[in-house]
Amino acid sequence: MRVSFNVNGEDVTADDVWPGESLLYVLRERLGLPGSKNACEQGECGSCTVYFDGVTACSCMIAAGQAQGRTVRTVEGLAEGTGKGTERALGTVQEAFVEAGAVQCGFCTPGLLVQTDDLLERTVGAGMPAPGDAEIREALAGNLCRCTGYEKIIDAVHLAAERRAEAGSGA
Amino acid sequence: MAVTTRTVTDLSSTTKDGVGASPRRPDGTLKVTGEFAYSSDMWMEDMLWGATLRSPHPHARILGIDITEALKVPGVQAVLTHEDVPGEKHYGLEHQDQPVLAFDKVRYKGEAVAVVAADHPETARRAMERIRVDYEVLEPISDSRRAALDPDCPLVHEPGTIPEHPEYNQRGNRLRYQPVRTGAFTGAAGSVERESGILERLRAEADAVVSSEYEVGMQDQAFLGPESGMAVPAEDGGVDLYVATQWLHVDQRQIAPALGLPQDKVRLTLAGVGGAFGAREDLSMQIHACLLALHTGKPVKFVYNREESFYGHVHRHPAKMRYEHGARADGTLLYATAEIIVDGGAYASATPAVVGVASSLGIGPYEVPNVLVDAYGVYTNNPPCGAMRGFGAVQACFAYESQMDRLAEELGMHPVDLRIKNAMSQGSRIITGQEIDMPLPMAEMLERCRDLPMPPERGELADPADLRTLPGGVAGTTHGEGVVRGVGYGLGLKNLCFSEGFDDYSTARVRLEVMGGEPVVLVHTAAAEVGQGLVTVKGQIARTELGVEKVVIAPSDTQVGSAGSSSASRQSYMTGGAVRTACASVRAEVFALARERGLVPEGIADTDLSLSGGKVVSATAGALVSLADLLGDSAQGGTVVEQTREYHHRPTEMLDPKLGQGASHTQFGMCVHRAVVDVDVELGLVKVVALDAVQDVGKVMHPQQLLGQIQGGSTQGLGLALMEEVQVADGQIRNPSFTDYLIPTILDTPPMRIEVLEHPDPHSPYGLRGAGEPPTLSSTPAIVAAVRAATGRALTHAPVRPEDIVGIDL
Repeated sequence: MRVSFNVNGEDVTADDVWPGESLLYVLRERLGLPGSKNACEQGECGSCTVYFDGVTACSCMIAAGQAQGRTVRTVEGLAEGTGKGTERALGTVQEAFVEAGAVQCGFCTPGLLVQTDDLLERTVGAGMPAPGDAEIREALAGNLCRCTGYEKIIDAVHLAAERRAEAGSGA
Repeated sequence: MAVTTRTVTDLSSTTKDGVGASPRRPDGTLKVTGEFAYSSDMWMEDMLWGATLRSPHPHARILGIDITEALKVPGVQAVLTHEDVPGEKHYGLEHQDQPVLAFDKVRYKGEAVAVVAADHPETARRAMERIRVDYEVLEPISDSRRAALDPDCPLVHEPGTIPEHPEYNQRGNRLRYQPVRTGAFTGAAGSVERESGILERLRAEADAVVSSEYEVGMQDQAFLGPESGMAVPAEDGGVDLYVATQWLHVDQRQIAPALGLPQDKVRLTLAGVGGAFGAREDLSMQIHACLLALHTGKPVKFVYNREESFYGHVHRHPAKMRYEHGARADGTLLYATAEIIVDGGAYASATPAVVGVASSLGIGPYEVPNVLVDAYGVYTNNPPCGAMRGFGAVQACFAYESQMDRLAEELGMHPVDLRIKNAMSQGSRIITGQEIDMPLPMAEMLERCRDLPMPPERGELADPADLRTLPGGVAGTTHGEGVVRGVGYGLGLKNLCFSEGFDDYSTARVRLEVMGGEPVVLVHTAAAEVGQGLVTVKGQIARTELGVEKVVIAPSDTQVGSAGSSSASRQSYMTGGAVRTACASVRAEVFALARERGLVPEGIADTDLSLSGGKVVSATAGALVSLADLLGDSAQGGTVVEQTREYHHRPTEMLDPKLGQGASHTQFGMCVHRAVVDVDVELGLVKVVALDAVQDVGKVMHPQQLLGQIQGGSTQGLGLALMEEVQVADGQIRNPSFTDYLIPTILDTPPMRIEVLEHPDPHSPYGLRGAGEPPTLSSTPAIVAAVRAATGRALTHAPVRPEDIVGIDL
């Protein structure tokens, strides 16, 4: 079957899609967007988290056909400006994760970045206070990380929230 | 010649981002943009998908395999069985005992029987459904104690499968039996009767005796990046393999013979590794992908899904242990005995080495004059077990630390005081007779850990009714009724680097040249970056040693000599040592060149010279020349200085097979943990409130990454304490998914305060100690001790299960 949708601002079409394929498979194997990760492919680990019509979801749990006509944003769409990957400036959350040491093997990172971006959009991005530890833990509870013990991830979220709040207030 | 010339005086800056700083990971940007190419991200236009048909039985005879119908599935390019393996039919890390593809028999559920290459994963799956394998199902041998001790137990492998290794005391299903005897037990070794006599006498002499059985469950490494990679056939008849592994050269050594190819025709490049923790020491899809690529002439990609991953790699050995400790009234240990049985499953993997660690460190870092340890590693029809962070020391640590707590309780002592009373220190000898010839400030670490600030009591919280602070969290299972708090301590001693006579050297190639007027260093090793941050540390060492800020880390591949494995907490030590040694050779060549050019004044020795801020500097005469001027731009015929060096640690010895004596270890590391837990004794839920640690690392190479190692290791220990166990019944894994095998989430993981000590090891580069494993040992017993303190239950099984801690009258 043919599936057309918008990913990271670009209209794309995938042909010869087997109906059993997931959105994750289509992104990774048909559209050259392997940033979303295939750690469990059963909706438990959060590594494949994308924005699906603006709502975060595990792309492994979305059938390819369900993406028809929808808008998807992946980790590849988090950087700022235009161009491909490293040609663009890192987004606030991406920058904070590298700086805070929240990245080790990095396989959980794309999902955590999308989920963190969403948390910050809903809090500091909406004029609300920066999330505290307990709120961060609740928001990221669906994203498994095996390397870090999460401490540096929490540091990274605080750092990103602080910077986004500063940017938002025009400071 | 357009060489940028600079006067030496305007280059006064020292080199930043060297050893001890926390520069950013060189792979960090790619990892946060999604562009970092993990092994499962490999993609080529004409690639095929590989898939593996696995045995549904833990033990069965293969009567026949019929692939006819599978080959008829449109889109299928190849179906291969053991008959298609052109070279060696077996492979293995230590013993070559595992079939590339099963023949005659399968020995565990999930064993690879056939492989398929097809145009789509679904096509491959359909083809596998059409492969007909006739099995005669056999009774699985699933009880590790029986396999170790019952001489009538049927054999998992035919006699002669693995070579005789007299030092391992092999017999029946025993892959290795390692006794350790010290003190009064030494003279009685070999006589069960005399040993029991001595034990009786010691028991009578002791004021307190505690004994118990302990079990540690099978833990899964649960790396997030599944087994995967791509094999690409080459024009020379060889193959190029892009794979996530821990040790490229040991893979190459096993793959090439199976393919019937010389090693230089099997070239490996490290693809991005999504975590390892020991699970990538053994081969998974490597040979299969190469076989299919060579057979079809096309690139073949394998990606295991999570369920297959549970069958696709070895796990932490489950252990059954019996311990007894006797002490005098003041807490002084008099004797200790231990029987440790680790279940190696169907194939040997690293089991003999795991037994070597479990036995030698079986009693922990405590001064005990009389010791009797019997450690066994056995074959069964359970899933194969091998390396996981902590490697045999984890299992023993849970038992000996639990024993120390029982003893403290029996004697009415504080658990920290009892440990300090019997603590080892520099100059102590572990039970193998090996001297700890490096700092071991165990008593100080215990005191520091005990004195760390405690988290607030529940009543002191801003809102004690906030569900997020309670076991079970926002699920609202409790509002604080039935919640009790406990505090526990744990510590562990871990050997670092490979042991028992193994020369696990590393190799580094370092090149210094000037490009565009700027000195640049290239560091090339075969070491596997698995997430730990070795790529950062290699760059830091090059900056510190060569005084050059711009360092390029070349991809790891087999075009340079072996780096050994990214395991045993050894890469900063070994590959760090190799990079440092190669840098020293480069530096010496630069000094020689400066002398040749007359730039070093008479009477100034090399020991007076250093490279700093991109120039040659004399401690007495100041800056002598910039590297840019000395070497000249390499594009314009300038000098390129390149050196390749191997680094070896000091030699170690095998343990002797009768008394378990010998200096078997390279280095020792230690971590001390204090855990604070809240337990809901009505529902059997535990919330770890704090998990604080003190660790001595000799020298901090990268403060930020170090904390990441200690916190990550502590969290894997938390998983083993409270939730992680691969449930195996009659050889079948019952929970091969992240739905049923739980690893700690961010909600399960507490804040972790880490105090780091730096007592340098005189034998290692920079005085550093491997840091990744020790916290994984100590956090498990600390947490279980805290749950014991809260519940009063004995808790002899790790992980603690909900049913172990309910039904308690408060």
